[in-house]
Amino acid sequence: MCALPPVALFIYFARLIGPVARAENLTFSYAWLPSLGINLTFHVDGLSLLFALLISGMGALVIIYSGSYLAGHPEQGIFFSYMLAFMASMLGLVLANNAILLFVFWELTSLSSYFLIGFDHHRAAARNAALQALLVTGLGGVALLAGFVLMGNIGATLEISELLFMGDAIRSHTLYLPVLVLVLAGGFTKSAQVPFHFWLPSAMEAPAPVSTYLHSATMVKAGIYLLARLSPVLSGTAIWTAIVTPFGAVTMLTGAYLALLHTDIKRILAYTTISALGMLIMLLGIGGPIAIQACLVFLLAHALYKGALFLVAGVIDHATGTRDVTRLGGLYRSMPIMAIACLIAALSSAGVPPHLGFVGKELVYKAILTEPSNTLFLGAMLLTSISFVTVAGVVAYRPFFGRLGDFPGKPHQPELSLWLGPALLAGSGLIIGIRPALVDAWLVAPAAAAIQLRPVEAELALWHGFHYSLLLTGFAFAAGIFVYSRWDSFRSVCGSLDYSARLGPARWYEWLLTGISAVARATTGFLQSGHLHFYLLIIIITAIGLIGGSLFPQSLSLDLSRWSDVRVHEFVLTVVILAATILVVRAKTLITAVVSLGVVGYGVALCFLFFSAPDLAMTQFAIESLSVVLLALVLFRLPEIERYSKTSERIRDALPALTFGGLMTVLVLTVTALSREARLSPFFAEHSYPDAKGLNVVNVILVDFRGLDTMGEITVLSIAAIGVFSLLKLFLYSKNKPEETQ
Amino acid sequence: MSSLILSAATRYLLPLLLLLSVYLLLRGHNLPGGGFVGGLVGASAFALYCLAHGVEAAKRVLRVNPRVFMAAGLLMAAVSGCLSLLVGLPFMTGLWSRDGVVVLGKIGTPAVFDLAVYLVVLGVVLTIIYSLSEE
Repeated sequence: MCALPPVALFIYFARLIGPVARAENLTFSYAWLPSLGINLTFHVDGLSLLFALLISGMGALVIIYSGSYLAGHPEQGIFFSYMLAFMASMLGLVLANNAILLFVFWELTSLSSYFLIGFDHHRAAARNAALQALLVTGLGGVALLAGFVLMGNIGATLEISELLFMGDAIRSHTLYLPVLVLVLAGGFTKSAQVPFHFWLPSAMEAPAPVSTYLHSATMVKAGIYLLARLSPVLSGTAIWTAIVTPFGAVTMLTGAYLALLHTDIKRILAYTTISALGMLIMLLGIGGPIAIQACLVFLLAHALYKGALFLVAGVIDHATGTRDVTRLGGLYRSMPIMAIACLIAALSSAGVPPHLGFVGKELVYKAILTEPSNTLFLGAMLLTSISFVTVAGVVAYRPFFGRLGDFPGKPHQPELSLWLGPALLAGSGLIIGIRPALVDAWLVAPAAAAIQLRPVEAELALWHGFHYSLLLTGFAFAAGIFVYSRWDSFRSVCGSLDYSARLGPARWYEWLLTGISAVARATTGFLQSGHLHFYLLIIIITAIGLIGGSLFPQSLSLDLSRWSDVRVHEFVLTVVILAATILVVRAKTLITAVVSLGVVGYGVALCFLFFSAPDLAMTQFAIESLSVVLLALVLFRLPEIERYSKTSERIRDALPALTFGGLMTVLVLTVTALSREARLSPFFAEHSYPDAKGLNVVNVILVDFRGLDTMGEITVLSIAAIGVFSLLKLFLYSKNKPEETQ
Repeated sequence: MSSLILSAATRYLLPLLLLLSVYLLLRGHNLPGGGFVGGLVGASAFALYCLAHGVEAAKRVLRVNPRVFMAAGLLMAAVSGCLSLLVGLPFMTGLWSRDGVVVLGKIGTPAVFDLAVYLVVLGVVLTIIYSLSEE
């Protein structure tokens, strides 16, 4: 049932192949935040269509497969909803035509992949792997957002289809390098390039369908999609080639090498995926029509064969209870269809004719040979091909043929829904390999045209005639088989020399995480000391800094000319308030302090009354009365006042207090010295009745002009009340509980 | 601390203070007063009763849990702000009835908002006072 949406989407996208190949413009647009240039615009062209077909097609197969793979799992429904959510975000990512929209979907894929990797949330390893993937790809996402914003500023638009034609302007801009680095950071983290590759093998904690779907066919290719999509804007410069190509090549080699050191079948596949991603990135770095074409064909081939291999790995794990290839063997007798599908897919990955993998690999060689300084890349590619051949033997030959392995489970012929996916994927790889004409004009050419912004002819052929690259393939095949025969001793020798576990990027990640936690703990410990007194000090000093900092650069004009206006009762009131304040500070008992504080409060309220602010005065009186009630309630619970602080501490507290008081005085004098036009009050007085139908300006400000502030304030009040309530109840509860049990 | 004078007086002060608080709330739009001060006066009425008769009696007089006032007030504030969205105006635009209502006069969303402030203030103060006087 759950497979219906992806199947329907696949059919829908398949019907778009014709219109896209004819280069029709298929755009959907809906205004979202037009003021910021962020719109819901979707655009279908060759590149997005290729990805959309992969996403929906693989999605359908994987969901059918998961129906059996997770049959009877209590959280199967949740799994399907995560899976479909991921598919929707991934489709959104490849179809989005607005940079910010693309970023939103980009992060949504990270989020849904977090849930999918951590699906088995009872295990700490799965949770850690999920968090690792989320943090690494999430950080890359933030970099990507920054890159998009910069690019949007340069191009004055966020629509990708418009940015694509501003390549020259962006490449010659001074901010080109930051944009490039930020976008690459996004793409490299998502597509697991060295040194960010470590999250991908860890993500193998996910169930097999997830690894198939996210970590081989779709999500990790989002980075490839991004760089391919933006290559008309960013590529073609020396810096692009100098960064992208070596990164890709190093990743390709690292993945190929590490794949040979592992025995867990899913990890082996994960490392070869990293290697393949590196190869794709390298091709994008090289650029040019042949490299682009090679990139697209190899991407398709890789999705097909790697998807099949991952699905087979899941079935093997399920049936035998182990993923360790050294313990597997002889499964051909119990699951022949699986064995054949796996063998076909593995041959495609090894680049053996007549599979699509061979077509792809030939193109890759051809692309590298066009590059002028190609010797290093050619060597890297050759080594990678050798590794791929060996890995094909390890994952496809070793588990199925030879002696029967020693494993806990009892293997049996899997049901239709489990073998359908691998068989279809491996089969289509073979069929397309024999008849490349099935895809060249319909899928590859429009996609290449979308990357190069001009119509492209793509003619794929299985047989290119005898060529230099054919020789390389043959050599790689022979060498790969040789390494396969010596695989066990190779592993033990290289495994003992492997420092990546101890000093590799995965450890950097751990150090970074512990470092961040330590810094956060230290900061929290310093700021959240638990002493109310300290909080007040920080707040007041901050306020002094902010107010003083903005006040002092300006020339102050204090209005001191109105001293003579002071009337006798005002003077008396001021003296009373000051005396009461001194009394509060010097008070020896709590009750004196409370009463003196009350005198200060009422004095201020009287001030309000004298200066015709009856609203404020009334509120102040009510507040003061309630404070007395509140203090009376808590007063007799508090211990008798003591001299808590030393004289030096009192001076330390007095300094900010007096500074703050002085600053407020200056502030008030400055404000009153302002001309009447600069103040806000006339505006409110004039607009209160016509606009808000109220004569009481204070109240109109509260409920109408600044109503949003009031809403925030009442919310804060409520939160404070809930805080008081819960703290007291919690305290009572913990105090009463022992009594109840007695 | 029971005082006969206080407990006798609060019996009459409570309704009077409550009346005053509602009066302050209603006149607030054109004359000194408003939801905030009205809520404070209303709360002090119950606080006084609480001091005189104890927290249990004060709770019985109020009948409703003060936290309900808080929630209702916040909800009312949000609703009064959202009403203008329905007619296509920005959030919290004031809407007014064209004709006056008996006693209340013209009513509009700011008045509803003021009532919401009243309820929240009443609820907050009473929640704190009741929690403190329990135990």
